[in-house]
Formats: sequence, structure tokens, C-alpha cells
Amino acid sequence: MTAVEWEPVIGLEIHVQLKTETKMFCRCANTFGAAANTQTCPVCLAFPGALPVPNRRAIEETIKLGLALDCTIAERAVFHRKNYFYPDLPKAYQISQYDEPLCADGRLTMPLENGDVTVGIVRAHLEEDAAKSMHVAASGRIHGATATLVDFNRGGTPLVEIVTAPDLHDAETAKRFLQLLRQTVVELGLSDAELEKGSMRFDVNVSVRPKGTGELRTRTELKNMNSFAFAAKGIEREIARQVKVYESGGAVEQETLHFDPSHQESPPLRSKEEAQDYRYFPEPDLVPVRPPAELVERLRGQVGELPGARIRRLAGTLSFYDAEVLVTGGLDALWSAVVDAGADPKEAANVLANQFVATGVDPARVDARELAKLVGARAEIPRAAFDAALARVGDDGFRADPHLEQKVVSDAGELDPVIERVIAANPAQADQYRNGKQGLLGFFVGQVMKETGGSADPRVVNERVREKLG
Amino acid sequence: MSGDIDTLTLSAEEAARLLEAHELSGAELFTAYREAIDERDPELHAYLAVCDDPGGHGVPIAVKDVIGTKGVATTAGSKILESYVPVYDATVIARCKAYGLRVLGKTNTDEFAMGSSTENSAFGPTRNPWDPSRVPGGSGGGSAAAVAAGLAPWALGSDTGGSIKQPAALCGNVGLRPTYGTVSRYGVVAFASSLDQVGPVARNVRDCALLYSIISGRDDNDSTTVDVPPVELPAAGDLRGVRIGVPRELNDAEGIEPGVRASVAKALEVAESLGASIEECSLPRSVDYGLACYYLIAPAEASSNLARYDGVRYGLRTSGDDFRSMVMASRHDGLGDEPKRRIMLGTYALSSGYYDAYYGKAQQVRTVIKREHDDAFARFDVLVSPTSPTVAFPIGAKADNPLAMYLSDLLTIPSCMAGLPGLNVPCGLSEGLPVGLQLVGPQFSENTLFRTAHALELALGFDPVPARYRT
Repeated sequence: MTAVEWEPVIGLEIHVQLKTETKMFCRCANTFGAAANTQTCPVCLAFPGALPVPNRRAIEETIKLGLALDCTIAERAVFHRKNYFYPDLPKAYQISQYDEPLCADGRLTMPLENGDVTVGIVRAHLEEDAAKSMHVAASGRIHGATATLVDFNRGGTPLVEIVTAPDLHDAETAKRFLQLLRQTVVELGLSDAELEKGSMRFDVNVSVRPKGTGELRTRTELKNMNSFAFAAKGIEREIARQVKVYESGGAVEQETLHFDPSHQESPPLRSKEEAQDYRYFPEPDLVPVRPPAELVERLRGQVGELPGARIRRLAGTLSFYDAEVLVTGGLDALWSAVVDAGADPKEAANVLANQFVATGVDPARVDARELAKLVGARAEIPRAAFDAALARVGDDGFRADPHLEQKVVSDAGELDPVIERVIAANPAQADQYRNGKQGLLGFFVGQVMKETGGSADPRVVNERVREKLG
Repeated sequence: MSGDIDTLTLSAEEAARLLEAHELSGAELFTAYREAIDERDPELHAYLAVCDDPGGHGVPIAVKDVIGTKGVATTAGSKILESYVPVYDATVIARCKAYGLRVLGKTNTDEFAMGSSTENSAFGPTRNPWDPSRVPGGSGGGSAAAVAAGLAPWALGSDTGGSIKQPAALCGNVGLRPTYGTVSRYGVVAFASSLDQVGPVARNVRDCALLYSIISGRDDNDSTTVDVPPVELPAAGDLRGVRIGVPRELNDAEGIEPGVRASVAKALEVAESLGASIEECSLPRSVDYGLACYYLIAPAEASSNLARYDGVRYGLRTSGDDFRSMVMASRHDGLGDEPKRRIMLGTYALSSGYYDAYYGKAQQVRTVIKREHDDAFARFDVLVSPTSPTVAFPIGAKADNPLAMYLSDLLTIPSCMAGLPGLNVPCGLSEGLPVGLQLVGPQFSENTLFRTAHALELALGFDPVPARYRT
């Protein structure tokens, strides 16, 4: 038997919590972190007689996202009830959308090093989030729990579900798609899309097929992964598992693999036989949504140049890597401003994509002219001084000048005595170096940097140490 | 002096006039009804709960127990909500209170408004004031009996497939099921959301119109509501220019009692004598399929609406080993046979693989029923038929035969399915029991219905006081 080459087929389902002021169908505040069950009312607690009233803002935001994803905006969209019993679902149905979503048939094009990859967007629809249940047991898992406590603050908050076509074929691209989508959502101002807070969550559908065939085999669903890296790892592991199953003559079973039980939305499905019948039907408490054409056009005008397009544009000037990091990190606007203020484009990209990201400073708080000065002086001031300055670049009234006074020492006449002192103090290492252990060069350079309090120019030190030892 | 007030004959309009003229105090009036309740309700059981006088000078009102009242238990006739006390008023209650009306008490209903006799109440049946061995109709038998027996000047009911009109017919009062979307459902325990409407039950047409004007209109808390044309209190006694259609299928349906037929025929003669034109017409599909489609759509929506009664947040909880067993035990203990029957029917109708054949198909037929009515209203202002095929039937007569019970609503269901307003006005007696005439109009034609019913009411001279209470 000849070895089959397997092609992974990956589709994503992404949930994004909208940061509207109020919940999807009531006027309760939509904020994170309040004391349990303080942001509730008869509607989101499903008291008898309570009725949903849709949040106009949430509908507009979803349309905006649909436009950014090149979707067709429905002239008539319908909310459906998805029925199932679960403690975090007080009505015992979730108001969601079914066969008439707000946005459908779109695409997101991802620029990659070797050209564009377009991922189909099957739909983007609006629904309400479930409440948060906490299963009280030693394990924190639902199985073996002795009690379930429910916090309804999250219940009924607006959630957009984005479903992609199974157009992705490797974990790395899937991860980069998620990063690009996240940045798109954040830039549109719809959501913080923070994985840690659960304001962005995603499920991944994975199957494999013999390369070259168009078949779609049984897929498994990886649920509730809370980091992009974790998702990539999970996908790779699942691909490998499925390949192994097929190669040993077995069959992949439809199942759901949970990664984080604290973000439960639906009861766990185990296999096809146990599949829930959600008994979808049009929500009779709501009328169909008919977004007027003028509204859609107005919202279209609010969608700026999208991250994908900007990566492509920047990749003309910078390396693809830098372009992608700047854009998906939300740093490209600052980069442009810094370059406009006179900084070298590559140097600025380098600083932003590597050192600046690590500082955690909010790019919106940075004065680009001051940062440009800092970038321009990078080679002339000690590394430690530069790092310290960069960490404070977002402070109110930050000025680069005071940080530029400390100059880097690159005069050999000033450095040589220090270097000689360091070599004399470490005769054994000096001998080893001379006998071929070249790796010890770094040791000497490090010692010199330490002696000079970091003010020496590492390039010059390197040169001089080599010469003195040689 | 409350002893001078005859609650059996006092209209809400007259009560309001007396209060305004200070010929009567608010407390006296409230007390008069409380005394009438003390006297006659032990036999009738129209009320599930009676309220203390909240003070003020408004006309009292009785409220069907599916309508949420802040601080006053709202059971929907179900054990599962026996302990439930709402933290908010339904919009209709808030509007009544804003108008100054005072809630007298909560009236009996079939459990979750599911039934046509009020025998499905978990708290025992209500008896018909005209003959206590008979049912008052349902589901709003409590409100209809309370108004007929002078235990309230008027009342709020709710109607899904006939729950205002049919009890009004069996108890001899005026009941309006308004156009779908004219009265807020916010705070009203849901049975079938696309059909439920709150409406007035009164002793005469003008009171009915006045109460409708108080409760109707767009509500920000119910996105299915709309603005409503200004309500006109009817005054005219003629029917000149009114075109009345008599749908053959609604008037010749099997099971319509001869006495009912005769009273309706007489009412039509009177209408003609008042200047209306009368012509036969046809609604074949509405009557053939209306009931069947109703019993797919209403249970389907009910199966979803009643799923929230899980014992988690309010109402009855029977404990269990885990969430699932607790929900099952609570629902087993808390829900009666009829809700369970409809939950099963509805769950089936919505199930994957059956949806298209049942719920989906029923919705399509519903569109056909609407269109058939629209066509009729191109030629007619009002369609007329009996409200109920029979007069009040004996308690227990249909209790073991759900299908026979469902047929009680054969004539009211088609217009409900089409979202149309329908009004019951008493048109005579058969075997000493009231016969109701159903008037159905196009959407938002309440004023036409009031005008037509008012003229007929004047001409027919029906005495709404049950014979056995007359002195």
C-alpha cells in the first residue's frame, strides 16, 4: 500500500462579544466583572411574561462586521429560538439566528508571505450569550459536581457568531486567520475581543482527507480554546490523531473535545446519536429585522482600510513579518506616524514589532515625534537607557531628550583599559578561548558591559575583545 | 353606602361618573365589590386571590391570573407558579394603574390559559353564574364569571384561540380580542406568543371600548406592538352603510346548536333592520384547517414558552440528584395534564424531520387563512357568526375528551390565526343560557366592531344579569 498524503480541512466558528452599553434584549448593563447577578432584570432572568427587545446598536455593529467581511447584508433577517435545557439558559432557549442570518456569504483575504489566502465566511449572525455557570466540585468540572451556581450577568449579552467555510488547511494559517480576524473586530470598535476575558472565543472543526480529493470526512470539534497558540497546538494534535486513526484502519467519530469547561455554552455533545435537537423556530416575540439600505451604506462608510489590506501595503516597504506584526498588533498607525516624524521605516518597524510590544504601552498614548527621536538615537544611547525610555514613552508629557543625554561609549581608548582588566581577572577563560572555545567571547563582552554599566557600545566591545584575546 | 350599589348592573362608565361627581367614594365602591365577592364567589370560584383596596378613586378591575401584578401572586392557574410573586407589573397593569384603576383580584384560568372551560385550573374550576352546574367557558372563565356575577365592573382577559370571546359568550358579556400587536404582552405569562393578546371583558360595549383605549398602544417593552388609531366610544344606534358578511362555514358548522343558530339568525335580522347589508360569504380553508393548524402552532410555541419553568429561579422546585432530574421532577409535579399534553404535541411538531410537515406547514396555512380573510374584507366590514357552537356545557361533560373540548374554539380560532380583532356581544338566550355573537373585522377595525356591537346591543336589549340574580 502506498502512503497516503493527508490534507487537513479546518473550519472555524468564532464568537465575539459586542461591547455595547446594554445587553442584547434588555437594558441591563453589558460590563465585565460586576458582582454576580447584579446586572439582571426580568428579561435576562426569564421571568414569566418578560419579552426581548433587540439592541439596535448590536444589529448595526454586526452589519458593520458583515461589511468588513464582504458579506451580503440580509434585507430581512430573522431571530430564531434554539431550545435546550441548561442551567445557564434561563428561558431554556437561546435567541439566535438560523436560516436567515444578518450577514452571509462573505470572505476575508489574508495576505501571507507567498500570496493571498481567501477564507470564505459562511455567515455572521447575532445572538445572546448564555450566563456563566460555576460547577462546584473539587475538579471544577461538570462531571462529579455537587452544585452549579449561575451568574446571570453575562446572560443575554450580545454575541456575534462568525462561521468560516472549511477553507483552511494547516494550523499555522488558522492561527493567523484568527489573529487577523481579531484585529479586524477590534479596529471596527465592536469588541475588545480579549481571549482571557472570554470576549472572543472560538471552536475549531477539524477533519482530514487524502490530498487531492474534495471529500469532507467526519469532523471533530475542538471547543473553547483560550489562546491562539493553544489552538494551533490543538489542531496539530487532532490532525495527527485523525491521520493515525485512518492509517490504522479505523474511523473518526463525530465528537466534541472540550478544552475549557468554564465557558460552557451548550451541553456537551458526545456523538452523533446524542446530538441535540434544538427545535429551531422563528422567535415569535420579535419581528424580522429589515436593515434599510441607507443604514447599510452609512455603516459601510464607517469601515476603514482593513488590516489585511494594510499588511499588503506595508509589506511593500517592510518585511512581511514586520508588516503582519505591526498590523495585527494594532501598531501600524503609530509606525506611520513615527516614520512621518522622520524615523527610518525599518528601524521603526523593528523597534515597534520587538521592543515596544514587550513594554505593554498603549500605542494610542504615544507621541510619535518623541518616539521617532528615540528610535533615531537608538544606536547612540546605552541599551538599558533606551529600554527605560521606551517603557515610559506612553507617559503624559514624555520627552525623549533627557533620555538621550547618556551617550554610548564607543571610544576604544576609553574601553581598552576595562577590557584588559576583565581579561586579567579571568585567566582560565582567556586560555580556554585561545584554545578554541570561541563561545566564551560572549562571556567577556558581557563582563565588559557589566563593568561599564551598560553604556559601552557592544559592537566596539566585541571587536576590541576579539583583538585583545587574539 | 356600599349597600346601595348594585354591582350586578353598575357599568364601569357609570361608576366612573359617580366617583367623579363624589356621589360615591372610592372606598365605598371597592367595598361593594368585595362584599359581592364574599357573597357569591364561594359558589362560583371566579377569583384565585382578592386584593385589599390600594386606595384612590378609580374604578376597580379584575385581572386574569396570567397577567403579572407586582407584589400579587400570579399563578397562571398552575401549581408550578403557585408561589410566584412578580417583581414587576405587566404593561397593561401599569396602564390601568396610571389611569387610576384598582385591582380587585386575580381571576381563575385554565392552566397557562390552555382550555375552554376553566376546568384545567390547578386550583379548581369556576362555575357559570347563569347555572353553577355549568362551565363559564375558558380559559378566561374567571374574568367572564366575575363580570357576569357583578364581582367586578370589568376585567382583563387574554385570548390565544378564543379565551376572551368564548367565555364572554358563555357568560353573557362583551369581550374583545384585539388586533394582534395592539395591546402589549409584556408581563403576561406566555402561552403562544404569536397568538396571545390581552383584551377587555365588560358588561357593555362602551365599557369594553373604554378599557381597550386604556390598555392599547405601542409599548417599548413589546416589539410586536404598534400604534393604534384613536378609540371612539360608540354612540350611534344604526348600522347604515355597514356591510356584514356571513361566512357559510362558520355559521353552518357541524355541532352548532339549534338554539344558538336561532339567536344568531335573529341578530342578523335586527342588524338588517338597523340598515346593515347582509350577504353570505365563504372562508372554506380557514374553517377546514384553522383548528388543526392552531393545534400545531400554539403547542409548538407553548413547548418553548413553558420550558423556563424549571425550578431554578422561581416557582415550584422538587429537588433531584442533578440538574436534569430536578427539572424533570419539578415539571412532573408542577404542570398539569393539559400543559403536558401540549408540550408533547409542540415538541413533536418542532422536531427535526417533522418541522416542515407540521409547524412549517401550519405557518403556511396560516398565511392562506390571512389571505382568505383579507379577500373577504375587500367586500365586508364585519364578518358575523356564533362565537361558540354551544351554550355553556355541564362541568365535566368534556373533561375527559380533549378533542371535544378543542372543538369549542372551532369558530373563534380562524380569526385569531389571522391576527384579526374579534368581539363577542350577547345576542339572546338558548335554554336560559347566553348565546354570543362573534363580530370579526380587519386589522385595527376595533372602532367598527364597537360601533356595530353597540347598535346591536341597544336593539337586542339583552339583559346581562344572570336570571337567578335578578330581583
